[in-house]
Amino acid sequence: MRISRRILAGLATASLAVTATSCGGGGTSGSFDDTVTVGILHSLSGTMAISESTLVDTEKMAIEEINAAGGVNVGGKSYKIEYIVEDGASDWPTFAEKSKKLIDQDGVPVVFGGWTSASRKAMLPVYESKDAFLYYPIQYEAQECSNNIFYTGATPNQQSEPATDFMYKRSPAAGGDFFLVGSDYVFPRTSNTITKAQVKQLGGKVVGEDYLPLGNTEVAPIISKIKKALPEGGIIINTLNGDQNVAFFKQIQDAGITPSSGYYVMNYSIAEEEISTIGPEFLEGHYGAWNYMMSIDTPASKKFAASFKKRWGADRVVADPQESAYNMVYLWKQAVEDAGTFDDNAVREALVGQKFDAPQGPVEVMPNHHLSQTVRIGEINAEGGFTILEETGVVLPQAWNQKHPSSKGFACDWTDPSKGEKYKL
Amino acid sequence: MELLLDSLFNGVAIGSVLLVAALGLAIVFGLMGVINLAHGELMMLGAYTTYVTQLIFKLPILKPFYNSYIIVSIFLAFIVSGVVGILLEKTIIRKLYGSPLETLLATWGVSLILQQFVRSVPLAYGTGLVISLLIGLFLPTTFPSKIKESINFKYFKFSSWIFAALTGVLTGSVISSSVSKLSRASARNVDVTAPSWMRGQVEIIGTAFPKTRLMIIVITLISVIAITLFLNQSAWGMRIRAVTQNRQMSDCLGISTEKVDIITFGIGSGLAGVAGVAVSLLGSVGPNVGGNYIVGCFMVVVLGGVGNLLGTVLASFGIGIMTDLIGAGRLLSIWPDMPLPLSNTINFFATTSMARVMIFALIVIFLQFKPTGLFPQKGRMVEN
Repeated sequence: MRISRRILAGLATASLAVTATSCGGGGTSGSFDDTVTVGILHSLSGTMAISESTLVDTEKMAIEEINAAGGVNVGGKSYKIEYIVEDGASDWPTFAEKSKKLIDQDGVPVVFGGWTSASRKAMLPVYESKDAFLYYPIQYEAQECSNNIFYTGATPNQQSEPATDFMYKRSPAAGGDFFLVGSDYVFPRTSNTITKAQVKQLGGKVVGEDYLPLGNTEVAPIISKIKKALPEGGIIINTLNGDQNVAFFKQIQDAGITPSSGYYVMNYSIAEEEISTIGPEFLEGHYGAWNYMMSIDTPASKKFAASFKKRWGADRVVADPQESAYNMVYLWKQAVEDAGTFDDNAVREALVGQKFDAPQGPVEVMPNHHLSQTVRIGEINAEGGFTILEETGVVLPQAWNQKHPSSKGFACDWTDPSKGEKYKL
Repeated sequence: MELLLDSLFNGVAIGSVLLVAALGLAIVFGLMGVINLAHGELMMLGAYTTYVTQLIFKLPILKPFYNSYIIVSIFLAFIVSGVVGILLEKTIIRKLYGSPLETLLATWGVSLILQQFVRSVPLAYGTGLVISLLIGLFLPTTFPSKIKESINFKYFKFSSWIFAALTGVLTGSVISSSVSKLSRASARNVDVTAPSWMRGQVEIIGTAFPKTRLMIIVITLISVIAITLFLNQSAWGMRIRAVTQNRQMSDCLGISTEKVDIITFGIGSGLAGVAGVAVSLLGSVGPNVGGNYIVGCFMVVVLGGVGNLLGTVLASFGIGIMTDLIGAGRLLSIWPDMPLPLSNTINFFATTSMARVMIFALIVIFLQFKPTGLFPQKGRMVEN
């Protein structure tokens, strides 16, 4: 009895030790002078885990690449990056709680994390009160500009606005009426408010909009509304989330709402990863708008996709959110090296103006803590990727949207103390 | 006319999804009084069964029969969910009869376990496990009564479980090696593609109807008819009704209430599996697919009157038609020039979110006046 208890205790200690090292992100530093530990905070369990775990994979890959190239050089010393991965568990208060833990207990200089706007809104007060720094990699509805968050995803004017313009002017359904469909939460509603204002400016007509409560997959009433509002076909703007897209596309196809009968859907939440889940046979001929698409034919893009596949498996794909996550790790590294310290305030100052040759093309950090990016419109093809139809030049980010009634005429600039979060242009 | 037909069809289509999902619960909760929060996960198992069947029918041997996989999966889903339900009854619920709160917590726990199970166990081995359960539970009951009554029956039982485990592992590995998609665990949602004959539309009196929706309506109708016939015409159906009406008296008259409980729970769970097949045709299949329906199911059963199948049928079609009527703003197209304040109100509720709010509100109001639902139970058992 005593022996077995001892063995058990030994086993427990051993397994604890294993967990501890596996969390710490790697063994001893070889030729490095020191180490720096950063925080990674995404959902590894719950409904968001499927999407967010791809970001963890990408961030780990970026960190490994930086380490392989000699780590971060600060003040003549080389630092190896180590990371602590925390699980936000698809639960927004947990994101705030884990943020506190990473900042206070682990003392990390930076946290890479979040996906949903709800998780970001939950974390925001934590970073502001502790004056810490969060890097957030997802395309989102904007209307926010925090001194303590750095946003590397697209703002609406870097995704939905060029997309609406394309649909109204140059798509096969050009000049047609619009119908807006989305999941019922902040991103689709804000995005559609902007789209409605834009369509009005363009001289088009929005003939209907509907929102599906999260988790609900009963799209029959929406389909009959689309058929009533757009009897001869038209443009559908889709901001549905996750699984709801599967139900939506399966059922609109059965109901005869297809590109061949004149209905074209522009999607803001469907990237390569989602296409393979939904099935390209349901999506072929519809459109998507992103900053990064896997089919971009440049060496940087190909290298990014190839190293991700090499690191995580040949069947994996890369998509826009992952590219944003990849960029932010590199931009942080550059800013730290320029600042010559890991201190938040110095890094924040050094960050604005940082340029990086991202897989999507050159990006630059703007004074409003967002990135200037390139926008691409793609048609979904039978192979499950995008055929890129259009590419804008570099588009500057608008933290406060100029078409949304509540933010028209405002901007954000953290480099000028007299301007700050929201000032009148 | 066309509009009316379209609206009626939509209402029936929405209602039949609700009905097929709630039918099993109407039996488990309605007849037995068990609050089974794992009902949604039994549906989820049915949906995954459809997915597994679909992949197995893509193998070269079964390829010629691929188009009929959906029919086969209906029966398989019934068996899979039924077996898991029976195991659930035998191990957990049986000990908790008469204590609703504990049942609620225990079945909620089971639902979490089942959700995580499909995330972390490769589906091939999940299939193997179900096959082991099936053999282990049913093989001993097929032995001749001479063996059953002998003292050594427990050894026979034990050896049949060993046989079951071996068969399970074997089928698991065979499936795992022949269908690569099933050999790895994944939390990703998967997709069931309807066979070609079920895709697209069919035209009835000038209106086009999606075939998958028609298929769901057919599945629902057959399930309802079959279960009604079973409850009202068969000997076991009569025993089930007797036990639900008066357990002690039935027990005294020599009905094995234990067996009745198992059969009732098994059938209720099996119907959840059939609902899973129907649901898989509409959207994607994932660990959370059943959870989305559970509230709707309880709502339908309560609204229809606990313990009454006809009530459940009417309640689900009622909710379906109301959802379409409110959510698609039908009244406006029937009466286009109604006064402005009225049309504004209707427009306000003519979104899916607000239609849901409206329907819940209507149900709450209805239950204020008829707290026992559309068709309340009458008679002495109500007082107990």
